[in-house]
Amino acid sequence: MSLVSSINRKNADPPDDPAALPADLAGLRVVRARHPWRWVFALVVLVLCAQFAHGLATNPGWDWYTFGGYFFEKSIVRALVVTLELTVAGAVLGFLGGIVLAAMRLSKNPVLQAVSWTYTWVFRSVPLIVQLLFWANIGYLYETLQVGVPFGPGFFRFETLHLVSSLGAALLGLALHEAAYAAEIVRAGIISVDQGQLEAAAALGIPRGRQFRRILLPQAMRAILPSAANELVNLLKSTSVVYVLAIGELFYQVQVVYGRNGRVVPLLMVATVWYVILTAALSVLQYYVERHYARGALRTLPPTPLQRLFALRRAGGAR
Amino acid sequence: MSRPMVEVRGLHKSFGTHEVLCGVDLTVEAGGVTVVIGPSGSGKSTLLRSINRLERTERGYVSVDGEIIGYRRSGDRLHELSERHVLRQRAGIGFVFQNFNLFPHLTALENVAEAPISAQRRPRAEVHAEALALLHRVGLGDKAGAYPRQLSGGQQQRVAIARALALRPKLLLFDEPTSALDPELVGEVLDVMRDLATAGTTMIVVTHEIGFAREVADTIVFLDEGLVVEQGPPDRLLDRPEHDRTRAFLSKVLS
Repeated sequence: MSLVSSINRKNADPPDDPAALPADLAGLRVVRARHPWRWVFALVVLVLCAQFAHGLATNPGWDWYTFGGYFFEKSIVRALVVTLELTVAGAVLGFLGGIVLAAMRLSKNPVLQAVSWTYTWVFRSVPLIVQLLFWANIGYLYETLQVGVPFGPGFFRFETLHLVSSLGAALLGLALHEAAYAAEIVRAGIISVDQGQLEAAAALGIPRGRQFRRILLPQAMRAILPSAANELVNLLKSTSVVYVLAIGELFYQVQVVYGRNGRVVPLLMVATVWYVILTAALSVLQYYVERHYARGALRTLPPTPLQRLFALRRAGGAR
Repeated sequence: MSRPMVEVRGLHKSFGTHEVLCGVDLTVEAGGVTVVIGPSGSGKSTLLRSINRLERTERGYVSVDGEIIGYRRSGDRLHELSERHVLRQRAGIGFVFQNFNLFPHLTALENVAEAPISAQRRPRAEVHAEALALLHRVGLGDKAGAYPRQLSGGQQQRVAIARALALRPKLLLFDEPTSALDPELVGEVLDVMRDLATAGTTMIVVTHEIGFAREVADTIVFLDEGLVVEQGPPDRLLDRPEHDRTRAFLSKVLS
């Protein structure tokens, strides 16, 4: 093949053309560049990984038997559900609050702007654990709450001790904390949308609410999603902080168990592996949601991992 | 004689301390094509954007088809309208942007159909049929399902024109519609605009395409430093301008 093409070239190019490459070049054998250091580093890293895996399997300290015994244990699974509930409720309330705060911050009303800015400043400044303890002790500050005319007579009274249970305090703390971060994420997404988009929508006379939902939000989602997913993962792990309020979520429950049986490492691994699994599930969800909002942003959507797998199998079958 | 389509009276607009429009007066008759030319920074785009109140002005007023834009008159007072009412007024005025501003997450058809459905509350099926017909009219009947990024600049601008037409506007405003296009794509957009002009659509076009202005315009308006310097039919304004500033500008763009 190469010989034929070299002969063709010889025929095509007159030998007296000074610009032409030597015609016999096409017939030479190509020796690829070698990369010995790639092999060396790959080998070193692989050996280290093998050592680590070997340690995981052979070190009795990991105690995989206890790990296996507790991974699906009833109290652990119940605690896992509490962790999930806290995460979902915290995320929903947090992002609802965040959307409201972002809208306030971007509004033309200077009072709303200032309140939103101050909220974000305060709630980002206070560590979550400190805030949770505040909410748990709200009864010391305000014994009762009442609904009524501001500075005037009240209609309903609540005892704060009954209103804010420890679970309520945890949820309140997580949601308020989350709202401050979510506000910034949503705001980042909204200001990332080209100003021309809103101008075009305004020039077409599209109503304000529709401008937001149909034009602004779908485009803002592209910028919002990666940070929001990041924040969601963060929240999932932050729920472990509420153990200070003695709520039976995953991390608290694990501590209860190893407080009883003294098997600290395997039980910490139970919690760790569950957090990893939940984060993995969130990451998969994130991939598909991001793909949905990429419509129109890319000329063609890349295939999903599943589609890639099927394409490989089809190519293999055809061979 | 019928009333003019657009009347601009004593329009002033500043950005900070810089005065962009310094008392513009302009009258545009229904059914005509008015081309606005002038050096960059002369206020052409600001004038156009003030007509549908994308830009709020400090003094002066604009009326379109007898309706004052941005205000409601009661007795001897002008009440500023809320954004909601301004949006309603804008739906009668089509606007085509220099950089298209198509909605990238919607297909060509959805771009065209969006405003008639949401701003004019017309039935979806009827709007879709009409949107498809409009895409055919601008030569893009086969691109209804394409997203803007899958289209060339010229095709995107033609979709943008179809989108403006979908509102059945009484007036079309073009803000340098070919300035963001590669030279070989300018012609296809000007062809569509030429068709619209022939069909008797009232148009105000800000452009640097002097050839197009000469061929299509009924009136050319020369704007400089925020004021209308002179206006007239193309052959008079382009070939026998009365003002030195017009002559100086034309000698630069026609050379």
